[in-house]
Amino acid sequence: MQAESAIGRVLLWFGIMLLAGLAALLTHDGGFAVHATIVALVAFILMWMSAGRFDPTGLDPAARARGFFKMPATPDVYDDDVIRWGAIATMFWGLAGLLAGVFIATQLAFPWLNLEPYLNFGRLRPLHTSAVIFAFGGNALLATSFYVVQRTCRAQLAFPGLARFVFWGYQLFIVLAATGYLLGITQSKEYAEPEWYVDLWLTIVWVAYFAVFVGTILKRKEPHIYVANWFYLAFIVTVAMLHIVNNLAMPVGLLNTRSYSLFSGVQDALTQWWYGHNAVGFFLTAGFLAMMYYFVPKQAERPVYSYRLSIIHFWALIFLYIWAGPHHLHYTALPDWAQTLGMVFSIMLWMPSWGGMINGLMTLNGAWDKVRTDPIIRMMVMALAFYGMSTFEGPMMSIKTVNALSHYTDWTIGHVHSGALGWNGMITFACLYYLFPRLWKRERMYSLRMINWHFWLATVGIVFYAASMWVAGVMQGLMWREYGPDGYLVWSFADTVAAMFPMYVLRAVGGMLYLGGALVMSYNVWMTLAGKLRDEAPMRDAAYDPEADRPLPAAVPAE
Amino acid sequence: MANKRVDQPTGTETVGHEWDGIEELDTPLPRWWLWTFYASIVFAIGYVIAFPAWPMIHTATSGVLGWSSRGELAKDMAEADEGRSEFRAQLAITPVEKLAGDPDLMARAVAGGRAAFLVNCVQCHGSGAAGSAAGGAKGYPNLNDDDWLWGGDMTAIHTTLEHGIRYPGDDETRFSAMPAFAGMFDDAQMDGLVSQVLSFSGKGKANPVGAQIYADNCASCHGPAGQGDRNFGAPNLSDAIWIYGSSREEIARQIQQPRMGVMPGWSDRLDEGTIKMLTAYVHSLGGGEELIAQPETDTPVDAQVEETDVPE
Repeated sequence: MQAESAIGRVLLWFGIMLLAGLAALLTHDGGFAVHATIVALVAFILMWMSAGRFDPTGLDPAARARGFFKMPATPDVYDDDVIRWGAIATMFWGLAGLLAGVFIATQLAFPWLNLEPYLNFGRLRPLHTSAVIFAFGGNALLATSFYVVQRTCRAQLAFPGLARFVFWGYQLFIVLAATGYLLGITQSKEYAEPEWYVDLWLTIVWVAYFAVFVGTILKRKEPHIYVANWFYLAFIVTVAMLHIVNNLAMPVGLLNTRSYSLFSGVQDALTQWWYGHNAVGFFLTAGFLAMMYYFVPKQAERPVYSYRLSIIHFWALIFLYIWAGPHHLHYTALPDWAQTLGMVFSIMLWMPSWGGMINGLMTLNGAWDKVRTDPIIRMMVMALAFYGMSTFEGPMMSIKTVNALSHYTDWTIGHVHSGALGWNGMITFACLYYLFPRLWKRERMYSLRMINWHFWLATVGIVFYAASMWVAGVMQGLMWREYGPDGYLVWSFADTVAAMFPMYVLRAVGGMLYLGGALVMSYNVWMTLAGKLRDEAPMRDAAYDPEADRPLPAAVPAE
Repeated sequence: MANKRVDQPTGTETVGHEWDGIEELDTPLPRWWLWTFYASIVFAIGYVIAFPAWPMIHTATSGVLGWSSRGELAKDMAEADEGRSEFRAQLAITPVEKLAGDPDLMARAVAGGRAAFLVNCVQCHGSGAAGSAAGGAKGYPNLNDDDWLWGGDMTAIHTTLEHGIRYPGDDETRFSAMPAFAGMFDDAQMDGLVSQVLSFSGKGKANPVGAQIYADNCASCHGPAGQGDRNFGAPNLSDAIWIYGSSREEIARQIQQPRMGVMPGWSDRLDEGTIKMLTAYVHSLGGGEELIAQPETDTPVDAQVEETDVPE
């Protein structure tokens, strides 16, 4: 039996390798050949690992469990190995994405940095956005959701094999997407650039993710589902729906990277921005609020501020967000009525968004002194402040008269980054600082003072970034529509580009500071994993009891 | 519910649930939050009544204000046109060569021409109209100086704008072609010719071999002293302005494999008023010439083409 299943596995990977290799040889599409080769390479590695892990005696299943994928040996511990991988992947992709961001910011100021054809702005820009949103943010969501769902359900992760497939399958998605961008493979939909076969692969991975998450909730030993899990589930379900609908397309051929969207014209644009805005709403807001709802009360060691607020703002957010997409298409061919609805739903979204900020910040009631003493809490508070700021700015920018000025300008870029760097980045860093010592059984991070350094570098970086882009965007918008006394436009487009040069340089400086903070963090993480503790004046950190950090025994009946 | 307790620092009761040590307080919804939420909903209801909002079977509700984005644009455009209607009428009846005679009309035409220039012309001539002189690719004339290939008075500029230069599909386009001399001279002859060309502007010494070649092959268009000829768009070689570069290599290349620019004619894309305004703007940039300085502009374009069709 043992030998047969091992041989079967090896043959399966060999077959996939053969098919991928054949596809690489037969296709006339260079990019497709590269991707098929990557898949063949992965299949080869898996074949080699399957063969290497084969234990002919068949007597030691525990040894297999201790293999590369480290399946949990007993049910009385949390299955954290995939989370450890996820935490490292978050750090890695975070650095890659920030570096790409700094580089393209510098390209905008100094166009000679466009290195044709692979490293020009057009190809690196989706690389940057996908790396930070889907690779950095996505891995943070994967890792924290697996961590949080186990702890708040007091149950081990369901389908451990599938959970590992989700993690590694998602990394393959990232690699295929990123290499595709550099090769010029794109379906030209913002935040949904990967082509049809990569989309199909992500759909499979995502369904597996859903199964693992829901499976764990179903085997929970707590009577109720914690609010963080509502948000994670909303994120997983909605992203699946958005991803599938927006990527409905007909491939040109089975050995071809190109495909044609099911939608065309303004329908395509509306579908795209229904997707695009809800990628912000459910990926970057709902998912990260889930992280906030677990890690903020844990780090603050305080109860969540208001259970009622969490219910009301959750359902209001979920219901209203999905209609707000048309505000990306103000003053376009989209019919006026759809623009109106996109705008009013965005305005109604303001308070539901702020509900999360209030619940996060007010959780510190009775522990505000920790903002001064605990650098991780400080990071979380700054993240929530930026969350509140950008979720006010968003509804404001959706108002048509404001949008008439802000649309297509760098104000939008500033808005996105105060959300992405301030909210998503800061809350992710804070959660990772919470996770690393616990996942690797360390007393604390190597240095809490370095977290403080990270905090200040990141904060100053964001201020540079957001402020320069606000100035650039408003200036650009005003220049575009400035009329002289005789009713003629005053500026040419090139004039507005030239005027933004100093702002572009300042923005790149802000990005470098933010990247610098992440580099300080990497060093801190590296030393923590190496088991070192920096000799420094102590700062506050949340207590950790390894004894309590395990699933509830099966004997305790559910309420 | 089980495990309810009063949280000491806030004095609020908990809900009684607990997950991995996390409890929740039973704090009521903040009033300001709730009322702001209600207010935003009331605003939304009012807004969807006032503006186009609800999709019906064939069309959407149009809103009680009767606003539409297309309607707003049409209104703005109509207002702008209204404000300029008198000027446009005046412009339409004023021949381009008479424009400068009315300083007020001319000033408004220059302002309008500048706006049209920023949209249509900057791609080649640059936003400051300096062409290649601004540091970009060679071959785009600077419109700020007084060196004109085809003439710099109002009528000549107007003709260039209307019909373009070497613009395919326009029978009246300004046309000339410099022949390619590649392979016709040996290296020494070419060297002498380049020296001779450079001597016109004082950048080189006259060369007897080059002078002879120049007289035989070049003088008919560029003139005996290299002063050029606007009838053929033949550049003046005796000044400091070199559209394709002034190094010996660049001049030699231009003799052997000449490059010649193309400018589109605009009469099929812009209305006559806009072309007049562009004429006024380009004329106003610094190099505009008086009309009387160009008595030969009446030369039929067809005659130019015939002359240049047979280069040797």
